[in-house]
Amino acid sequence: MKQPGRILLGLFCLLVAVWLVAPTIVVVPMSFNDKKSLAFPPSGFSWQWYQNFFTNPEWSASLVGSLKVAVVTAVFATVIGTLAAFGLDRMKSRVSGVLRALLITPMVVPGVVLAVGIYAVYLDTQLVGTMTGFVLAHTMLAVPFVIIAVSASLEVFDKRLETAAASLGATRLTAFRTVTLPLIAPGILSGLLFAFVTSFDEIIVALFITSPYLKTLPVQIFSSITRDADPTVAAVGTLLFIATSLVIGAGLLIGSRQGKR
Amino acid sequence: MASPSTRGAAIDLRSVAKHYGSFVALDNVSLHIEPGEFMTLLGPSGSGKTTTLNVIAGFTEVSSGSLDVGGKSVIGVPAHKRNIGVVFQHYALFPHMTVSRNVAYPLTLRGIANPDREARVRKALDMVKMEDFGHRFPSELSGGQQQRVALARAIVFDPPLLLMDEPLGALDKKLREWLQLEIKRIHRELGTTFVYVTHDQEEALVLSDRIAVFNQGRIEQIGTGRQLYDEPETLFVGKFVGDSTILRGAASTSGDETAIDIAGRKVATAKRLPDGAKPVMLLRPEKLSLARRGKAGQDRNTLPGRVGEAIYLGSGSKYEVVLADASKAIVRSTLDAETFAIGDEVDLIFAGSDVKLLADDEKADFTLT
Repeated sequence: MKQPGRILLGLFCLLVAVWLVAPTIVVVPMSFNDKKSLAFPPSGFSWQWYQNFFTNPEWSASLVGSLKVAVVTAVFATVIGTLAAFGLDRMKSRVSGVLRALLITPMVVPGVVLAVGIYAVYLDTQLVGTMTGFVLAHTMLAVPFVIIAVSASLEVFDKRLETAAASLGATRLTAFRTVTLPLIAPGILSGLLFAFVTSFDEIIVALFITSPYLKTLPVQIFSSITRDADPTVAAVGTLLFIATSLVIGAGLLIGSRQGKR
Repeated sequence: MASPSTRGAAIDLRSVAKHYGSFVALDNVSLHIEPGEFMTLLGPSGSGKTTTLNVIAGFTEVSSGSLDVGGKSVIGVPAHKRNIGVVFQHYALFPHMTVSRNVAYPLTLRGIANPDREARVRKALDMVKMEDFGHRFPSELSGGQQQRVALARAIVFDPPLLLMDEPLGALDKKLREWLQLEIKRIHRELGTTFVYVTHDQEEALVLSDRIAVFNQGRIEQIGTGRQLYDEPETLFVGKFVGDSTILRGAASTSGDETAIDIAGRKVATAKRLPDGAKPVMLLRPEKLSLARRGKAGQDRNTLPGRVGEAIYLGSGSKYEVVLADASKAIVRSTLDAETFAIGDEVDLIFAGSDVKLLADDEKADFTLT
């Protein structure tokens, strides 16, 4: 390729990269603003919004609430989704295609429609604002992600290894535990992460079923920013940005080490 | 080590059938395998040899018939309870375990703890000459090495029976020939019954005590390599095992003598057939010889033809001779014999006693894949 072409291509790629990352990066300086405004660029430097996030009970309670809901949701969704993916993979009948489509629907149906439906049911069953209510709704939303991730690993898993394990004396359960499970573990792990994230930043359903007693972090961010321009939102954003970068970085590191083998 | 005869299990298949809907994979297969025997199931793809292996292993349930291993019926016994070693064409090593852990796997399942387990893993890897590779992962090994590890894993728990499904199918010729000798050695040392599936008739001849030839879900013939080559009972066996020349003609019998009319010539045979029968004549390449047209003696059968292909093999030559009725004869001659070139007019010479007369069979055609 000729030099000018290469430079042009490089510039274009840089532009795309900046466009993708800028909205996230912009939050970082805003979180250190010394005035209670979301102005950019910030007028001075202070740690006060970070302090506010950790000391104000409204914020810390919502963080704890979100973490609780996301962890329980991730565990449930991973178990249910993995079993479902395994069952669908082994089904010989054509019904499996229909079942798979059915299990994926929560991902396709517009969030608002789901939220209205869930809200109506929860009003009758008194699940609004409860931990059970949040976990149930979020698990439903997260299961499709686990099914997709685990199905992808089952797709490349060599089923003949299970036959080999059987010939060596393994029952079906032992073969699953010692051969299948370790080999599809990366898929399950990424399903678990997807499920956690799905629950952690879910806002639409959460807005409908929230209550003063149980608020998740996205709901708190949303109500805070609609009430007043509180830079604590930017501090939360920065913290989440750092946390997710660390998790993804660790994931890439583990992935590349496995790939080398 | 116990004597070979007590270590291997006998296998008895009686009238075994397997249907998949209307497709008949196995049709009334009966086969007895002696303890410690090396039995090869030989046939083209789709002939039922692998289905038979899967039935013995317990991966496939029979539709009807009986199956005894070591004198006990194993019908309905799941694969993991049969205690049979299996080696697959695709190796089937567990990619997340080292070589040592792969080989230790069946021992761990049987509750055998260290140091006994370690000692047996070492012994099995010694036997396949992979003792220095215990800490490696399967992905770090070549195909031949992986298959040797798979073999170690299949024999480490001392099964009385070892099944091998085209284990050398994915390897190149030189490696295959060397591993054939290794497998033969291991069979001798263990005394275990071996059942080996292949579509390669040369491999079957090298390895086996006896060979069962499969075609279209049935066994055509069971015998030693020599029996199959010298005395094929069906046209399929004659064509599948070794090179052969197939000639078709009509029999005419007067008194005790039967002559067969082939491409306008009468050919005398040693067998008496009913008048008008349409047998197939099968001749092995080394039973045929060539002479220049008109130079052959009158005491033996001759058929005129033209050399269509001449191949120098080092130890001799191989000729393809096209006869008057367009059928092709394959002739192998020794180094000191007269040589011929493509296009030479020749006479094909053979003795009537070397002719195998077989019933014609349209199912004898096969394609190699």
